[in-house]
Amino acid sequence: MQRQVPFWQSALLAALLLAVCLGAWEVSGGNGGTGATVVDPEYAALVGQAAQSGGQTPFPKPSQIGARLWELLRDPFYIRGTNDQGIGVQIAYSLLRVALGFGLAALVAIPLGFLIGMSPLLSGALNPFIQILRPVSPLAWMPLALFTIKDSTISAIFVIFICSLWPMLLNTAFGVSSVRREWLNVARTLEAGTWKTAFRVILPAAAPTILTGMRISIGIAWLVIVAAEMLVGGTGIGYWVWNQWNNLSLADIVIAILLIGLVGLLLDRLLGAVARLVAWQE
Amino acid sequence: MTRPYVSIEAVTRAYPGHVVFRDLWFGISRGEFVCLVGHSGCGKTTVLNILAGLDQPDNGGVIVDGQEISGPSLDRAVIFQGHALMPWMTAEQNVAFALSCRHRDWGKAKLRAAAREALEKVGLGHAADRKPSMLSGGMKQRVGIARALALNPKMLLMDEPFSALDALTRGALQDEVARLVAEAQQTAFMITHDVDEAILLADRILLMTNGPDARCAEVVVNTLPKPRDRANLHRLPGYHALRDHILEFLLTRSRTLAGTRPAEWDPRRPPEVFPAGPPTTIPAAA
Repeated sequence: MQRQVPFWQSALLAALLLAVCLGAWEVSGGNGGTGATVVDPEYAALVGQAAQSGGQTPFPKPSQIGARLWELLRDPFYIRGTNDQGIGVQIAYSLLRVALGFGLAALVAIPLGFLIGMSPLLSGALNPFIQILRPVSPLAWMPLALFTIKDSTISAIFVIFICSLWPMLLNTAFGVSSVRREWLNVARTLEAGTWKTAFRVILPAAAPTILTGMRISIGIAWLVIVAAEMLVGGTGIGYWVWNQWNNLSLADIVIAILLIGLVGLLLDRLLGAVARLVAWQE
Repeated sequence: MTRPYVSIEAVTRAYPGHVVFRDLWFGISRGEFVCLVGHSGCGKTTVLNILAGLDQPDNGGVIVDGQEISGPSLDRAVIFQGHALMPWMTAEQNVAFALSCRHRDWGKAKLRAAAREALEKVGLGHAADRKPSMLSGGMKQRVGIARALALNPKMLLMDEPFSALDALTRGALQDEVARLVAEAQQTAFMITHDVDEAILLADRILLMTNGPDARCAEVVVNTLPKPRDRANLHRLPGYHALRDHILEFLLTRSRTLAGTRPAEWDPRRPPEVFPAGPPTTIPAAA
């Protein structure tokens, strides 16, 4: 049994750790180039100011990243042409793709999982397919998706769909198949009928397990969208990261990592709140 | 031949290589309370599940009110051993769910009112909005009783409904069930291995031998006057003879009789015994 620790203690320690890490980074960082390397004058003329750091991009200091973050967050939703859009817009694109892919996966996985959970026959028949397809990286589907769908945005959504599908499918099937025998017997003795039993007994009984699957799915979907957008390009936070890498804007990449983490946390918390709504205890 | 209200006829249940019980016959009259007593493994719960329609006999059948049963029915309400309440519904919603199955045309308000009324009958009006996790074991089983009685079933089936409760709560609930069943003149069938519970509640007590291949060895007619209550039960003349008879059966004869089928034994008419003395009135099951 762990001792209970007051919240302010752990919060204080976390703040302290952050301060120490950022401080050390601030002091040590930013001196990637000392000017020791000789730069070709013609190259210097081409790259201009960058020549001062000896042709190397210095790793940004926390203060520089902070300043850049402020710059980005002051106007997150601007759109200046296809390649210059605010970070809020990029995240919104990513969220939209995740929502569509995840939503479609839920529409398929929950009813199908219900059927698999209720029917041992179907469960046995579909299990080999699920077991083989489930461990496949969703990105492996990308070329096939691009070839058949011929649209990069829809392909990205398809990849999200595929990766969200399995945890929801398996958890729904498991939740439905492990509904207590006695509750089903109650429904039978009450002559509740198939639909009433499904919606009033099995669904609420399995809901916590289904929500766990949805929570795992949304986490994976948010992981995968970054990689998928790096591949398909155009818009989205993954594309933005890749773009900033091409621009060598390392500060932007650090900021993107931070924001991706925060959005992922929010998505998880959102489903966590829904899970609490449907939770029951005996 | 006139049939009793509920008639179990030639019922056999067997799994490959294992006969649970064979050629079981008994009847329950309208308004009668019958208890089935026997050791674990004699197929008591299987008998109840067959009556409930949750299990199918391999041979024979069950006839209720002139009709052979073919599956579970609202007319045969079950009070389960574990309370079997849905933990995501409040007490009231649990009862209302059962009522909504019985009365498909009732609106929400009517279901709620009827559910409250059923809960008040078992003394749980104040706890109607609580989820089962907020109720004690006895209260949960009261909700289970309210749910079954609210259906106004032709017969009430109880599978060791109080076995998971502590002795005090069990006693209170036994009195409660005795009162409610008498009030509603409910036909009831109950499985138990609590001898006093059987004596308190039952009009007739079926004694089953140990399994496998169990049979109903004897029908004990409980001639103790009704209504009975736990406080005075043991002072009634005949109580000790009755109790000793059942205990003696459970302790020795259930074992020695197991697997035997005496030549003169007729499965259709297991011997009736009156350890508590001859009936003062004509017994319910003639």
